[in-house]
Formats: sequence, structure tokens, C-alpha cells
Amino acid sequence: MFILKLLIRNAFRHKLRTALTVVGVAIAIIAFGLLRTLVGVWYMGAERSSATRLVARNAISLIFPLPISYKERISQVQGVKEVSYGNWFGGIYIDEKHFFANYAVEPKTYLDLYPEIVLPPAEKTAFIRDRKGCIVGQKLADRYGWKIGDIITLRGTIFPGQWEFVLRGIYRGAEKSTEERALLFHWDYLNETLRKTAPQRADQVGFYMIGVANPDLAAQVAVEVDAMFKNSLAETMTETERAFHMGFIAMTSAIVVAIQIVSYVVIAIIMIVAANTMAMTARERIAEYATLKTLGFGAFHIAAIVFGESLFIAMTGGLLGVLLTFPGADWIETELSQYFPSFSVSPSTVYLDLLASLMIGAVAGVFPTWRGATIRIAEGLRRIG
Amino acid sequence: MSSGAPPIVVIKDLNKSYRRGTQIIPVLNSITFSIDEGEFLALMGPSGSGKSTLLNLIAGIDKPDSGLVSVGGVDITSLNEAELARWRAANVGFIFQFYNLLPVLTAYENVELPLLLTPLSRRERREHVETALQVVNLTDRMDHYPGQLSGGQQQRVAIARAIVPDPEILVADEPTGDLDKTSAKEILELMERLVHELGKTIIMVTHDPRAAEKAHIVRNLEKGVLNNVHS
Repeated sequence: MFILKLLIRNAFRHKLRTALTVVGVAIAIIAFGLLRTLVGVWYMGAERSSATRLVARNAISLIFPLPISYKERISQVQGVKEVSYGNWFGGIYIDEKHFFANYAVEPKTYLDLYPEIVLPPAEKTAFIRDRKGCIVGQKLADRYGWKIGDIITLRGTIFPGQWEFVLRGIYRGAEKSTEERALLFHWDYLNETLRKTAPQRADQVGFYMIGVANPDLAAQVAVEVDAMFKNSLAETMTETERAFHMGFIAMTSAIVVAIQIVSYVVIAIIMIVAANTMAMTARERIAEYATLKTLGFGAFHIAAIVFGESLFIAMTGGLLGVLLTFPGADWIETELSQYFPSFSVSPSTVYLDLLASLMIGAVAGVFPTWRGATIRIAEGLRRIG
Repeated sequence: MSSGAPPIVVIKDLNKSYRRGTQIIPVLNSITFSIDEGEFLALMGPSGSGKSTLLNLIAGIDKPDSGLVSVGGVDITSLNEAELARWRAANVGFIFQFYNLLPVLTAYENVELPLLLTPLSRRERREHVETALQVVNLTDRMDHYPGQLSGGQQQRVAIARAIVPDPEILVADEPTGDLDKTSAKEILELMERLVHELGKTIIMVTHDPRAAEKAHIVRNLEKGVLNNVHS
């Protein structure tokens, strides 16, 4: 109790110095937390993947299409429960700054395969029935104030032209990580238009989504699908949805590694700053530690006082940082919503933040603790004045 | 002052040197003397003569190269660090030139410090602390922090901290060195009272001849050798 009282009072002895250190640690923890969250967001697509969904795409590259005729053949592979398909549409709303994902999909099968897209039954029916209908996520609808029945116009880039859709439904994600900033419309609408405007591009899909009966069948189904189209004009590459997303992430792995390195560098810098502060503090109090030793207090007591103060300051900054990370993440999610479907701080990030704070306190406190605990009394008592 | 009882401090053939780089600097050379219980001893001598080193050795906060230091019948040179710490806590009260109070603790809390290492209850500790503060006449300042007290008052708090565990001996290193004349006089009178009324043994290092006048015995230390005695 005495040690706790002394270390807390010592911590507030130089209020400005302590406040600056606490703020420094808090800022570092906010930066660390936000960067870790950014890395998490990067992997979010892979994280929310289902183990019972496979993605089949053109083996050469994602930008090459596959014939629509593959659907029936894929459906016949043993273990396949349902097959859907679609195209990345890449349409632009207003201008490039208003980016959001938009896909042309086969609505019924797609919604079956994605139970995490939660749509009121009436809206689901309306969407499936209306060939020019579309659905959007709640966050996207909120962003633009869209209501059911609104006409949404996208300017096609991959598929040129002005494309009009009638908003038939606004979905919510069953999970927090579910993308709520996307627009889905009928692949048939796209295909029928292409038949008129660019017939050579019609009857082709960008990807097949394959639902399997259980995850254990995924590998076998992928092999069989790819074998089926081996040596055809459009060979497939079938992989789990997670592997598909990880493939995208691998393309940007250098950025992810850079972000991770920066997050650790931030912590390392504040460790050095905090260590300097604690070393300064311990140096100033050497005579006090010597006095306590003179009175009979042992090295353990001194170590607890110095190390405890270091941990106390770092954890105070760390907790403040964790608390401020949440509004920081909310702000990013609001202001940069076009780039991040969700920017939620995960529990693992909070644990990492607290662990980082603990490490800052521990590393900063090691040398001063050793110095305070091992100081020779006679030498320490000479450091007065 | 000798009462026929064995001396409380016995020092025999005590040697101490310091190492500075490759150089060995002798500080104390074959010091032999004793201090009786209830004695007020002043150690004088020029700077660097080894007074504080001798005081540290008697108080068990430094170790000699050779020789015997026996306090209250205990050969403290044979004790390890942990044993010495326990021994100091129970048997020695320290009074420093610059008081060495912890600035973040009140006068009460500073005086209570040595008792935190004892099995005394909170209530018992309070009784002891209040008694010690009464002895130094500072009960009305017990909730003040050192920064709110004058130098003389801080030294009285330090004396209360020194006497609170009821040690056998008090060691004082220049206890008036940082005080004005009036405060120094008060502190010396208080130390006299501790000897006369509470029967404490005090060993005081000082440069101040007026402080030394209060002592029963004055020993001069020069170049590591005790060379004369004034009673």
C-alpha cells in the first residue's frame, strides 16, 4: 500500500513532465492502434470469408471473363450446393471521389450464398423481380440519403454508358465486418444491355461463386472444377473465398508490411522517450532511494517503487490512448468511408495496445529500476543538493 | 560518562580505502576506539579526513576493508546486505545534513517510514509517530509536506523519524550544516535532550565547533587517523 501511494505521488511530482509523457504514450498508442486497425481492415475481406464458398475465375487473370455456360457444368460437380456468378462493374457515382463497390450478380443465388446480407423479405422479393432493381448497404444508403424507389445512376467504366437502377432494397450486415457500402444489381440487366451494345462481351461472367455442402469438400470441388475446364479456352482457377481475398492482399503485401513496421517503430520511439524520462527521474531521486535503503527498505522495495511508477505512467498513457483510439477510428470510418468499409477497433487491437503500453512501461523502467535497486547507500547519499 | 557497562560501539583496527581507477586511496587507518552507551560523541576533522566514512561504517551503510565494528554486541561487519538492512532499521537512527525527507510524504508519513518495516499495527504506528513528533514539538505540523516547513522544522521531522523505532544509537552527519544559527541551536538542544532524557547514544560528524561543544567527547580525525580526544 505504501509503495503504491509513493509511486503514484512520485508520478505526479513533476506534473508537466508526467503529463507530457502520458500524452506521448497515448498518442503512440492511438497511432499504433489505428495502424493495427488499418492492417485488420486490409484482411477484413479474408476474415469474413466463408469456408463453404469458393471463387472460380479465369486462370489467366481476374480481368479475363468466363463463359456463362460453365454454370450448369459446375453445378453438376459432386458437393456443389449452389452456383452464383457476377461481374465487377466498376461504375462511378457522381465522380471518382464517390467510390463504392458495385457488382452485377445473379440475385437469387447470390443472396442464398451470402446469408450475411440481411434484407427484409419484401425488399428481397422486389429486388429479385425487378431486372433494373438494385440493393445497397445501409451505410451507403445513409451516406447518400437514398430511399427505396430512388433512381441511382452509375457511369460505367468497364461497361461504358449511363446505367440507371431502381433502389429496391437496403440491406444490413449480419456481422459488423459485413460490407455495407456496396451496390448489387442484376447481372441479367448488364448482360441484356451488352447483347445490344457490345455482343462480343455478352454471356460472360467475371467470377463464379460456388457454394459447397460442407467445408471439407471445398478442396476436392476446386480441383474438380479446374480439371473440368482444363485445356479449354477459358481455364478456371478455383480457390476458397479466403484464398481469393488473400491473393488480393498479397498484391499489396509491401504496404501492409510497411504499415506494420511503422506501427512498431512508433512504439519503439515512445519507449526510448519514456526510458529517458524514467532515467532522468531515477537519477534525480537516487538520494531518496539511498535514504529508503538506509532506513531498512530493501532493493525489492526500491525496484517496486521505480518500476511501478514507470508502469503506472505508461499504463495511464496506454489506457488514455485506447480510449481515444475508438473516436479516432470512428472519425476515420466516417471521413474515409469510401476507402474503408469498416474501421472498427477489434478486441485483439485493444489487447495489443495494452500489451504495448505494458512493454513501454517495462522497458522504460528496467534501467532506472536496476540503478535504483543496486545503488550503494553511501554513494547515493552523496547525491544531495 | 563510563558507567562500567560494556561500550555500545567497539571499533578495532578498522581500515577502509576507496578505489579510484587503478589507484587505491586509504581513508581510515587502523582506527580503534569505543563509545559508551548514552554518550554524545562529536567527530571532527577537515574535509576528506574520513569522518563520514567512519560514521557510515558504524551505522552499517558501508563495509570496511578489515577490522571490527561491533554495535550493541553485534559484529556488523559479518552481516550480509539483507541482515544489515534489518539491523539498521531496528538499531540505528539517521540524521542527515539535508534532512533527506521524501518530499511527496507529509511529516507524519516521513516519520512513519521506519515503522512500515515493523509488524506494528496502523494504530500502534500512529501512537509511535505522534510520540516522536511530540518529542520534537511538531505535532501541529504533522500534515505538512517538507516543502511547507522551514529547514529547522524539517530537521526536527528527520530527528523524529530517527527516534521513532527507538534505536540504540543515532548517527548524525553535519546535522546543523544546512541551518541558520537559531535553528542549529534548537537542533543541538534537541539532540542534548535525546541524550539526557531518552538516554540515546549519538555519534555526530560536524565541522561546527559550536555543535561540537554540546558533545561529551570530541574526537579529531585527520588523514584517516584518530589522533586526539577532548572531553
